[in-house]
Amino acid sequence: MAQAPVVPTGFELPLEPRLPRIGSVDAVALEERAASLAKRSIKKDAKVFALELAIRVTDLTTLEGADTPGKVAALSSKAIRPDPSDPSIPSCAAICVYPNLVPTARERLQGTGVKVAAVATGFPSGQYPTAIKVADVRSAVELGADEIDMVIDRGAFLSGRYAKVYDEVVRVKEACGDAHLKVILETGELGTYDNVRRATLLAIAGGADFVKTSTGKISPAATLPVSLCMLETVRDVHEETGRRVGFKAAGGIRQAKQAIQHLVLVHETLGPDWLTPDLYRLGASSLLNDILMQLRKERTGRYQGPDYFTLD
Amino acid sequence: MSRLPVKKTYKLFIGGAFPRSESGRTYEAEGQNVARGSRKDARDAVRVARAAQPGWAAATAYNRGQVLYRLAEMVEARVPEFAELCSGRDEVEQAIDRIVWYAGWADKLPQVLGGANPVAGPYFNFTIPEPTGVVAVLAPDEPPLLGLVTRLLPPLVGGNAVVAVASETRPLAAVELAEAIATSDLPGGVVNLLTGFRKELAPILASHMDVNALDVCGSDGDAPELERLAAENVKRVVHGRADVQSPWEIASFLELKTVWHPMGQ
Amino acid sequence: MSELDRKRDRTPAPQDWTYAPAPESRDVVSIAEQYGHFVGGEWLEPAETYETISPSSEEPLARVGQGMQQDVDRAVGAARGAFADGWSSLPGSERAKYLFRIARLLQERAREFAVLESLNGGKPIKESRDVDLPLAAAHFFYYAGWADKLEYAFPNRRPRAVGVAGQIIPWNFPLLMLSWKIAPALACGNTVVLKPAETTPLTALLFCDVLRQAELPPGVVNIVTGDGRTGAAIVEHPDVDKIAFTGSTEVGKAIQRQLAGTGKKLTLELGGKAANIVFDDCALDQAVEGIVNGIYFNQGHVCCAGSRLFVQESIAEPLIEKLKRRLTTLRVGDPLDKNTDVGAINSAMQLDKIKELVAAGVEEGAEIYQPPCTLPEKGYWFAPTVFTNVAQSYRIAQEEIFGPVLSVLTFRTPEEAVEKANNTPYGLSAGVWTEKGSRILWMAQRLRAGVVWANTFNRFDPSSPFGGYKESGFGREGGRHGLEPYLRFDE
Repeated sequence: MAQAPVVPTGFELPLEPRLPRIGSVDAVALEERAASLAKRSIKKDAKVFALELAIRVTDLTTLEGADTPGKVAALSSKAIRPDPSDPSIPSCAAICVYPNLVPTARERLQGTGVKVAAVATGFPSGQYPTAIKVADVRSAVELGADEIDMVIDRGAFLSGRYAKVYDEVVRVKEACGDAHLKVILETGELGTYDNVRRATLLAIAGGADFVKTSTGKISPAATLPVSLCMLETVRDVHEETGRRVGFKAAGGIRQAKQAIQHLVLVHETLGPDWLTPDLYRLGASSLLNDILMQLRKERTGRYQGPDYFTLD
Repeated sequence: MSRLPVKKTYKLFIGGAFPRSESGRTYEAEGQNVARGSRKDARDAVRVARAAQPGWAAATAYNRGQVLYRLAEMVEARVPEFAELCSGRDEVEQAIDRIVWYAGWADKLPQVLGGANPVAGPYFNFTIPEPTGVVAVLAPDEPPLLGLVTRLLPPLVGGNAVVAVASETRPLAAVELAEAIATSDLPGGVVNLLTGFRKELAPILASHMDVNALDVCGSDGDAPELERLAAENVKRVVHGRADVQSPWEIASFLELKTVWHPMGQ
Repeated sequence: MSELDRKRDRTPAPQDWTYAPAPESRDVVSIAEQYGHFVGGEWLEPAETYETISPSSEEPLARVGQGMQQDVDRAVGAARGAFADGWSSLPGSERAKYLFRIARLLQERAREFAVLESLNGGKPIKESRDVDLPLAAAHFFYYAGWADKLEYAFPNRRPRAVGVAGQIIPWNFPLLMLSWKIAPALACGNTVVLKPAETTPLTALLFCDVLRQAELPPGVVNIVTGDGRTGAAIVEHPDVDKIAFTGSTEVGKAIQRQLAGTGKKLTLELGGKAANIVFDDCALDQAVEGIVNGIYFNQGHVCCAGSRLFVQESIAEPLIEKLKRRLTTLRVGDPLDKNTDVGAINSAMQLDKIKELVAAGVEEGAEIYQPPCTLPEKGYWFAPTVFTNVAQSYRIAQEEIFGPVLSVLTFRTPEEAVEKANNTPYGLSAGVWTEKGSRILWMAQRLRAGVVWANTFNRFDPSSPFGGYKESGFGREGGRHGLEPYLRFDE
């Protein structure tokens, strides 16, 4: 953003209405655009392509108090080989777990391309002192996480303390070291698309590698309009600065059809460059089996039943 | 020795002023020499009407109502003079009451003619009446005062500016009305009154590309030709009656504007 | 590197996700080889016929009648007969039920109509499916409810039917325009002779089957197909009481002249050259969507299309960049493909007109942009087009193009935007994009247009009056106001 020359008043102004500006978002038009993109009819080869892509960008997730090494090990195996009966099915992008389960996942995924992502910073509420959040991140990275999914401090955001939100992202990014940072906005708590756009820009300015919609603990989560709003912000940043920020839609995506709608959204908003796990992720747990069922249906022509797919 | 009275010169009323016809012509009506408006006078009248219209329309409805009520006051103050120029006191009183009646409509029209529309979607949608712009009125020959008032007030109260052609045979009441208008608070140019030969003036106004609507009430027999001319810029052609009083008369000179806006957080 | 890692590496980076064709099935609609005129509930054998085609492929679809004077005479006769013989005296509540039936039938057969509309007119199926058909049914539903409530719409005016209405409609929204015309006419107790546009008669002819299913009394709706000569015969017919026309300003003026002195009621919904005004504080991405929807919806074959884009100079550059980028994602092609955003130009004649004006724009010095897109070889096609550096005096900024061609101009202040926007003989619609509420209302008040879309564009609803200022016509369609042209009042 262009800034005023240094003046003795002690503050600086963005002077141009250039991108990426905070601006505002018209809710009705945004929702209409998202709804119209959701009506794209993806058939045949294009559908198979989309379903395979959806698997390749999935962060297979379990974030329960009841998570155990056994559960996470099983899920990790599923991420490596989602359909044991069909080796042509690609692996997922990552496993997403609480920090305590990182070593288990790490061990099981060793030598595969599947990454380990850990939620951190007092997930899901983020209502902890900054120092603890930073320590949380450090420990997750030390335990072997390749990626950190942090939450922003919505309390700070909603009370207008944007600097605190920004500052935490900066400090967490530092703590990440080589680990990739995904910043969760928890859009379901932000109330308006204006806030979603603003929070997206804050997260990106703070150093996020990815911006992510939700924790999965709050509904609504990754709705299509919220995703579109964030994708458009990512696009503005890219167009103005050349910086490519990734996007992760997480929460509430359970069916293959929804996954395809999300992929259409990113395809038509950011273009094919973003159709890669490096820049796009879907956070989901039960989604994977539905995709596998759809894929097998496309291949065999027969509608599938759940007994033929593993529950992990 | 009796005093020789000062006689009035009967002139046009354009832009709040009383010019003679630029053509220098007059014709005799009701025993007086009356200005015989020309095509250039009509053109000038349309020009000042166009310039005055936005200001008149932008005045608050309350203000327009008061200004028109003030016009009724001005006519009331000259009842004897008017009575001599028309069929008599009854006609003048009816004309005054009609002005008052229309004055009261100014701030009620949008509620009666417009409204909110329940569209199927997250939009607020409303319709409001707006003036069509510059209206040309061919006043009927009879009754000379009430006929003019009947055709003048509807476009006026709706926020239009008017160029009216007065009764050809009995124009003096119109000139008298112009004087009342000039002393009311109506801004100059909002009402312009032309005297002269309707056959000369009507086609000029009907074919004028900067006139939005045409009231052919006073046209005698040449309404079809005027309508054809009016089609050139899709004028709203109104076949007004000389004796009617209704809000729908106002509606004939109004456009309806519908505005949409999304409703979202 | 593990085997799986290598596998991931070998998987080609997904660079091009091409959507497979997703055509809507044509089987849902059956088209006869030849159609006559629908008069008095029966099909009149036409004396002369012409071929109606699919503009996206130039494939012949059917032969339809070229309505002659005698066809119009019989249609008007049938309408007059039906008017006198019961329709006008039928209680409003009964008329209402016929209209409700028609609305329901259109909903039930929506897919069939949508496919036929896209076949015959070239518009994308997603528009005929999601816009034309739902709105057509909604219009009948809306006006059905008015049929027995007219005295509440016009208190103290004793409304009654006008008589026989002659209705002439355009080719851009064939069935929707039919519903805009027929629904209020019937609700008010009139009977109708309707002529669909020369190039798009098929949904109107299919509509006759809906009338059969609705058991509408014969002669209440009569449909005569043909070209301008047929329309002229309707306009000139002495036993027609009211003319409703939607189409070009040129023809509208001719009709107004034609009707001079006849005392027939007339409503005209004519051309436009709408200003779509974008302020620098607008919600930018949504404004871009609105601009795209404003001019590329229905290939720009929309009388209220936002064909003049006025952008505040301070935001012009990024906005135009965004707009161009958005254009690259528009999918131009087979109207029946569910993913098509921009379909075929309606006719060879219209395509020629668009090409001529675009050539004029280039010659006058405007800068042209068209996104890369492959247009089908057969049929009538024109790529979405944006002109920048357009001056107010260029033909492309003045004349209605009625195609997917946008002219971009800039302005500095709200005052200037209003001045330039109103600087046209037209006055049908306008758009305003700003986040400032008071400015929206200030602009909406000053724009000389019958419809002002603020932070949206090209929205329609049966309850919302639609129609123009100035040379865009007079009379309103939609809402309570849309009843008035079809009524006389015994005040």
